[in-house]
Amino acid sequence: MSLEGIPSVGVGGVETSRESAEAGEGRRGEGTADADRVVDAVDLTFGYAAAPVVESVSFGVDRGEYVGIVGPNGSGKSTLLRLVLGLHEPDSGHARLLGHPSLAFAERERVGYVAQDVTENTKRMPITVAEVVLMGRFPHAGFGRVTETDREHAREALRTVGIERLADRKITALSGGQRQRAYIARALAGEAELLVLDEPTVGVDAESVDAFFDLLADLNDEGMTILLVEHDIGAVLERASRVICLNREVYFDGSPAAFAGSDALERAYGTNLGLGAKTETDSRGDGS
Amino acid sequence: MTTLVSEAIRAPYDFLAWLVGLWSDALYAVGDALGIGMLEYVFMHHAFLVGTLIAVMAPLVGTFLVHRQMALIGDALAHTAFAGVAVGLFVNSILGTGISPYLTAVVVAMLAALAIELISEVTDAYNDVSMAIVLSTGFALGAVLISVNTGGLAVGINQYLFGNLATVSRENAVLLVVLFLLVSVVVTVTYKQLLYVTFDETAARVAGIDVTWYNRLMTTLTALVVVGAMQIMGVILVAAMLVVPVAAAAQVARGFRESLLASVVLAQIAVLVGITLSYRYEATAGGTIVLVAVAVYIGMVLAGKLQSRRGVSEEAGTGSVAREIDAGTGESTDD
Repeated sequence: MSLEGIPSVGVGGVETSRESAEAGEGRRGEGTADADRVVDAVDLTFGYAAAPVVESVSFGVDRGEYVGIVGPNGSGKSTLLRLVLGLHEPDSGHARLLGHPSLAFAERERVGYVAQDVTENTKRMPITVAEVVLMGRFPHAGFGRVTETDREHAREALRTVGIERLADRKITALSGGQRQRAYIARALAGEAELLVLDEPTVGVDAESVDAFFDLLADLNDEGMTILLVEHDIGAVLERASRVICLNREVYFDGSPAAFAGSDALERAYGTNLGLGAKTETDSRGDGS
Repeated sequence: MTTLVSEAIRAPYDFLAWLVGLWSDALYAVGDALGIGMLEYVFMHHAFLVGTLIAVMAPLVGTFLVHRQMALIGDALAHTAFAGVAVGLFVNSILGTGISPYLTAVVVAMLAALAIELISEVTDAYNDVSMAIVLSTGFALGAVLISVNTGGLAVGINQYLFGNLATVSRENAVLLVVLFLLVSVVVTVTYKQLLYVTFDETAARVAGIDVTWYNRLMTTLTALVVVGAMQIMGVILVAAMLVVPVAAAAQVARGFRESLLASVVLAQIAVLVGITLSYRYEATAGGTIVLVAVAVYIGMVLAGKLQSRRGVSEEAGTGSVAREIDAGTGESTDD
């Protein structure tokens, strides 16, 4: 466990460290072993240009956890995910994925990735839902043929997310919520153990968002580890088992209840922005 | 060294040339039996063979290009292939060698293909900027090489610019068969990876696919197809074969595999009808094929509109089902 290793951050750093350590204590009580560490980020620093977008970030995700990362726009949330997934090489520090260095991680089918709706770029591309879901099997198939087993896995995944009736539809003909389900199904078809989601509900109507989070909760209940970047703090507080608040650095890492009671949000978002968001999270927090 | 190489490729060349001969005999027999006059000529057999092969290769590669919004790349590479032809003719006239201009076109177009990828990787420029740069460079280089070496070249260059049915020799046909085999095998083997990269680059990277490598493979294949299509279509119209049948298929197809097959079928129609019309009316083959392809495209747009209008009335029923699925999944996943 490296949670104590989180370096103190600029404003109110001491306090953050204490909170994080407490959160760490709580989870360590459950007796997690290193083999159960699905994501391990140690002192990650990365910048596209000179200024770092992510600085000295350390956190871990254990098997079966549902971790939500929140933070203001441009706080480095998506970049952090990309570092964890091995899509960028950190300037310093290192990330491990399912026990392997992220940059050299080869068992790609064990990780499912769902981003913001990508069909923006592929609006006119003719491709069916079934074809998209089958892509989850591609790392298994390599250069070989797609087998009947692969297709069965794809069908099963479509049933799990409840859109098997839409299998032969064009993916672009689906609603935003249905489309995100299809991308979840793609990860499930690949038998992913870790689901990484980068603001998956952007552009999805409110009603479908709730159903989408229900689906994630069900998957988590069945043992799926979830790492979710989400702008909707209320949803994360309500759904996730742990919250990481990020703005270049880690401002908070612990339980949703502890987060709601802390001032990490104000510090991460800045006072003005924070007040509005705080009110919302408070009311949500009380409700649950 | 050169004799060694030519010895090594003699046997497969002879075999392919024999196959081309068989094709020719078969078409002659068909023409004889059905009384089709144009099938009496060997150059027409070659034209049909080359056209058919292009109409498989071009949509095969073009489908991936178009859906990555890189339709312009065919145009850029066609213009650099033109530079390649000029290089070949230039070298031949200076050194008195007999290198096929198509060979130099293949080499130059492949270099240009890599240059496009490198420029966009290194400079972070949008792909259409790098394509525009390569396109202009290619055409300028071609024009300069031809102008400093006017001795008879200006006459010969027309067939590369506009294509010509009658210039398809047996050697050209064999070269096309080789290209066809290469492109078909590569696309078949890497279909899944190419599809993943085309659909969602980031997810493809997460899935462990080397996106940069497949992008380069894609542009290299495009270069090969462009040169292959050049002798019949001419450089100026070559890009149309990569794009128009694909765009037509996308109007009506639902799935990717379906659209791939549909684009090949539509391209075959354009090529076969186009070559026939161009023979009958003594019009340029490239232009005729493209016009037929565009007519097919317009037909498909109309068909697609009809389809979606019918789809809307169906949707009225399924829309509620879809919403129901969206909202009510909690139950179905619980068990």
